[in-house]
Amino acid sequence: MKNFEFASPQTESEAVGLLQDHGGRTAVLAGGTDLVGLLQADLVAPERVVDVRQIQSMQGVRRDADGLWVGVLTTLDEVMASPLLKPYLSLVQVADAHHAIQIQSSGTLGGDLCHLPNCWYYRNGYGLLAMQDGESLVQTGDNRYHAILGNSGPAKFVNASRFAPALIAWGAKVRIIGPAPDQVEVVPLEYFYVSPKSANQGNTILKPGQLISHIWLPAVEPTHVSATYEVLQLEGLDWPLASASVTLDVEGGVVRAARVVLGHVAPTPWVSLEAASILRNQMVSEDLANAAGAAAVSKATPLSNNEYKVQIAKTAVKRAVLKAVGQLEGGL
Amino acid sequence: MAEERKFGWGPRQDNVLIGKSIQRIDGFEKVSGRAKYTADMNTPGTLYAKLLTCTHAHARLKKLDVEPAKKIPGVRAVYVFPAGDLKPEGSGEIFWDGTLIAAVAADRPEIAEDGVKAIIAEYEVLEHIVDEEDLAAAEAAKATKAVGKNAKGKVEDALKTAKHVHKGYYGVNTISHMCLEPHGTHCEWKADEVLDVHASTQNVSGLAGQFAGPLGIDAAKVLVTANFEGGGFGSKFAADEWGIAAAKMAKETGKPVKLMLDRATELKAAGTRPSGYIDVTLGADETGKIIAWDSHHWGSGGISGGAIPVGGVPYVFDFENRNRSATQLNCNVGPTRAWRAPPHPQLCILTHCAIDDLAAKIGKDSYDVFLHNLEQTAGTAPHLPATYKAEMEIAAKLIGWKEKWHPHGKDAGKGAIKRGLGMALHTWGGGAGGCACNVKIHADGSVESFVGSQDIGTGTRTIIAITLAETFGLPLAGIKVNLGSNKYPASAASGGSITVGGVSGAHRRAAQTALWKIFDLVAEKYKVDAGTLAAKGGSIVSGEKKICTWKQAAMLLGPMGLETKGEGPAEDGLTSSRVGGVQMADVSVDSETGIVRVNKFVAVQDCGLILDELTAKSQIYGGVIMGIAYALSEERVMDKKTGRYINADLQNYKLPRIGDIGEIIVDIYQPDSEYNRGVIGLGEPPVISPGAAISNAVANALGVRVPVVPLTPQRVLAALSKKGGAA
Repeated sequence: MKNFEFASPQTESEAVGLLQDHGGRTAVLAGGTDLVGLLQADLVAPERVVDVRQIQSMQGVRRDADGLWVGVLTTLDEVMASPLLKPYLSLVQVADAHHAIQIQSSGTLGGDLCHLPNCWYYRNGYGLLAMQDGESLVQTGDNRYHAILGNSGPAKFVNASRFAPALIAWGAKVRIIGPAPDQVEVVPLEYFYVSPKSANQGNTILKPGQLISHIWLPAVEPTHVSATYEVLQLEGLDWPLASASVTLDVEGGVVRAARVVLGHVAPTPWVSLEAASILRNQMVSEDLANAAGAAAVSKATPLSNNEYKVQIAKTAVKRAVLKAVGQLEGGL
Repeated sequence: MAEERKFGWGPRQDNVLIGKSIQRIDGFEKVSGRAKYTADMNTPGTLYAKLLTCTHAHARLKKLDVEPAKKIPGVRAVYVFPAGDLKPEGSGEIFWDGTLIAAVAADRPEIAEDGVKAIIAEYEVLEHIVDEEDLAAAEAAKATKAVGKNAKGKVEDALKTAKHVHKGYYGVNTISHMCLEPHGTHCEWKADEVLDVHASTQNVSGLAGQFAGPLGIDAAKVLVTANFEGGGFGSKFAADEWGIAAAKMAKETGKPVKLMLDRATELKAAGTRPSGYIDVTLGADETGKIIAWDSHHWGSGGISGGAIPVGGVPYVFDFENRNRSATQLNCNVGPTRAWRAPPHPQLCILTHCAIDDLAAKIGKDSYDVFLHNLEQTAGTAPHLPATYKAEMEIAAKLIGWKEKWHPHGKDAGKGAIKRGLGMALHTWGGGAGGCACNVKIHADGSVESFVGSQDIGTGTRTIIAITLAETFGLPLAGIKVNLGSNKYPASAASGGSITVGGVSGAHRRAAQTALWKIFDLVAEKYKVDAGTLAAKGGSIVSGEKKICTWKQAAMLLGPMGLETKGEGPAEDGLTSSRVGGVQMADVSVDSETGIVRVNKFVAVQDCGLILDELTAKSQIYGGVIMGIAYALSEERVMDKKTGRYINADLQNYKLPRIGDIGEIIVDIYQPDSEYNRGVIGLGEPPVISPGAAISNAVANALGVRVPVVPLTPQRVLAALSKKGGAA
C-alpha cells in the first residue's frame, strides 16, 4: 500500500474540494470494505483518501414530496432497520442476504454502488478489461464468473453492486456532486454505469473529483410489490452467481407495470425489457415467471466457461417474480 | 513391595477425567488473546519481511536487480532465494506461479512492500501446462510420467462373468493448505550465536537441524519455540526457505526478523493436496459382491511429483481381481504437502463414488452393497469389517437411512429441490509416534511435565494434563504442562495422528513410574502394602482407607522431588493403531441453480480409548467441516490462459461458514473393546469420507453423478444438463 494523505471533511463541499487536488488522484472512503482491499493490493493508489463518514448530510433517510432521499452513507444495517425503507422490500432483502455482520455494520449503500468488479483478472492486476498483448484474458481464460450478457465489447466483468438491480427496478436516481464546487446532477441509476470501451475508462460515469451523495427513490404505491433473488453458493461473504430484482405494479392480480433488473450477469446491471414485457398485463403464475426468466436470458451470449450462469440467471428472474407476489416455494 | 507392575490404563469405570468432556486447559489464553502465536512475536527492533514472488507459471528469470530496494530508507536487508539466484549455469527457470524470488526486511511492513516493488525482475515467459485433469493434453505436451501399475487375479475374466459392470469417471480437484495462521517464523540471534526461532511448526523437535545446516551452525545452537499454533494439517514440518531467509536476514542486520507468508503466497507456495481423476470399471456378481476392479488414475502434485500413488485404490476395500495404474502430470503448479490424511480423501472419492454408482446400476440400496462387501476390507485390518458393520448401523439410525433412502433420482418431492443420502467409510493408522518426556514431582506435590512436542490446536496440552492428573489422582489445575520447545525431551512431529498416542503413552509411563516410587515410600513410612495403594482425589489410599495426602506423599521424595522419564511408543497396550469410521450425508440440491446444501451429516468414529471426549468430538467436527469445504466449494483454480493460481485470496477461494455446514452429528464408537485397545490418533480419519459421502448423496438426489469434487453449481448444472435438463 502506497502512503497517502488522509482527509476527513465535515461537509459535501469540503469533500468535493478535497477530491480535486493531485490531479484527481484521490479516493473516497466510506465503509472501506472495498477500498481497503484495493489499496492493499495496489489496485488503486491515490495520493489522498477522503473519508466522507463525518458528513452529516450524506447520512440517513429523508422523505420529500415525491419519494425518499437516502444518504449514501446509509449502512446495510440501517437499510434493514429503516421504517422509511421497509416498503422497498427488494432492497431490504439484499441487505439481509449479505449474512455478514462486518459488511452489514460498516458497508454503505454508496460503497456498494461504487464497488469495483470482483473479476479475478482485475483483482490480480490485469486491469478492468483484463487485456494482455491486445487480447482479452477473459475471452479465452477462466470466465466462470464473468458476463453472459452485454459482453461483446472489451469489458466482460460483471458489475459488483448487489443493490443496484433492486434500486434500478425501483427507478432510483443518484445525486452526483462535484467536480466544481456546488455542482450537482441527478441521474437515473440505470445510466450511472458504463461498460468501458478502453483501458482508461471506469465503469461508472463518475469523473475524477466527483462522488455520489444521495440516492433518490420514488414513493411506493400500495400496488407496488418487489423482490430480489440472489443465487449465492455460500451463505455469506460470497458474491451472487447471478441475481434478479423485480418491481411490479399489480392491480387485481394483473401486472400493470414491471421492471426486471439482473445483477452479476453483465458489466452493468442488466435491465430486461424482454422479461418486463412478458409480465405486463398478465396474471403472475409459475409459467409466466418461467417465461419471464427465459426472456431475460434469451439474448445471452455465454463465454467459453459460463453457460451455467444462463440457467442460474433465468432461475433468479423466475424466483424474484414469484417471490414478489408471495408465490415462491423452495429454493436453496 | 508390590507384585509385578505393568503400564496400563485403569478400569474404565474408575476414571475421573479420562473419557470425560473436558475443556482445553489453554482455552482461556486462546480466546482472550493472551496466547502468543508466532505471528504475534514482536520483540524490540523486529524487522518485517515481505516477499517477491514470480507471477508466471513457467518462465526464465533473465535479470534480477535488488539494488533499488536496498536504497529505500528503512530497508535493512534483501535476501535472494535460490530460484532468484542467477549465478549457477543454467539457473533461472521458474516452474510455477508463486515461486519465491526475494525477501525484503524493513523497519515497517509497508517499507518492506515498497522494497519488494522496487526490485527489478525480468522474465522470458515460457509455455505452461496447468490443467491437471486433461490427461490427453498433458500427454501431447509430454508432461506425464507413469508412476506404477500392478495387477492381481484375472480382471478380464471376472468382468466377463460379472452380472453387473459399471464404468465410471470421478475426480477431485487440488486444494491448498489454508491454516488460520500462515507459515512463518520470527528469528532472533542471541548471545553466543544462538538462533532463537519462534516458528509456526508441527515439528518443534525436528527443526533445529533444518536451520543449522543451511546456516552453518550447530543444531545445539538453535532454540525452537512454538507455544501456540494456528493449524498445520501436514504443511508445517519444515524450516522452509522462508525460515532460512528470516534467519539470514536477522544475522545480516543484527535485528530480529519476522517473516509470515501473506495469504496469496500461503495458498500458492505452502503446499497443496494433489488432484486425482480416475477411469474405473467395476464388476459385481449376482449378489452384489464386487469381484473386479480395473482402474487408471492420474493427477498432479506439481512439477516435481507428489501425485497420488498407484497403491491407494480401491480404497479400504480390495477385490479378488484388480488392475490399477497411475500417471502423474507434471504441471506448472505449486508443490504438494501432506494434507490431513494424505491422500485418503481423494482415494475415498475415487473409490466409494464408483461403488455407489455400481450399487445404483445393480438396483440396490448403496448401504446394502457397502455392507455386503465389508468382508473385502479385512485385508486392511482383520477387525475392520465388524467395526464398519457396527458403525454403519449406528450411522444409519442417526440419519434415518432406512426411512429416507430412495433409489438414485427418485426423490418423490415436488419442485426444484431434491434430497438424497450418501455414505462412505474410511480408515487410518494413528499409531503412537516417538515421544520422550520428563515428569517432575516437586517436594510440595506440584507436578510439571516437559515434552518437545507441540499443540497444533488439537488439545495436546490438555490430554497430557488429563493423563497426568488421572494417574496422580489430582485436579487438572495441579498439573503444569510444558511443551513447544526443542530444549525439552524430543518428540515426533505432529503428523499422521500420532501425537495423542505418543504423548499420552510416554506421560502415562513416566507418571506410573513416579507413582510406583511414591507408593513404595508411602508403604515404608505408613507400613502398608504398596500393592494396595492408589492415588485418588488428592490422596494416597489403600482400598477405602486414606493413608496420606498427595502433598504428604510428595514430601517423602525429599527436597529435590522426583523426576521420571517416559518414552514411547511401546507394545504395552497403552496405545494401538488402525481405526475405521463411517459417515453419512443428507443433502438438498437445487436442481435449477446447482446449489447443494448439507442438511445433516453423521460421523461415527472409533478411535480406541478416548482421553477427552470434548476435544475428540471437536476433531471430528473440524474434520467434517473441512470435508464439507472441499466437497462443495473449495478448490485451487489454475487459469489455463495465464497459468496463474487465479483465486489465491479469501474471496474466491471459497470456504464455508457455519451456515453452510448444516447439522453435524458426531458419535464416538467406543464399546469396552475399543477402550481396551488403548489410545489411537483421531486427527486424520474424520476428514476422509465427506467428499465421497456428499457426492454420493448428490447422486442419490439427482439420479446423475457429478463426477468431480467440489460439487459447484457449475458442475451440478453441467451434469444435469448432460442428463437432459433440470430434474
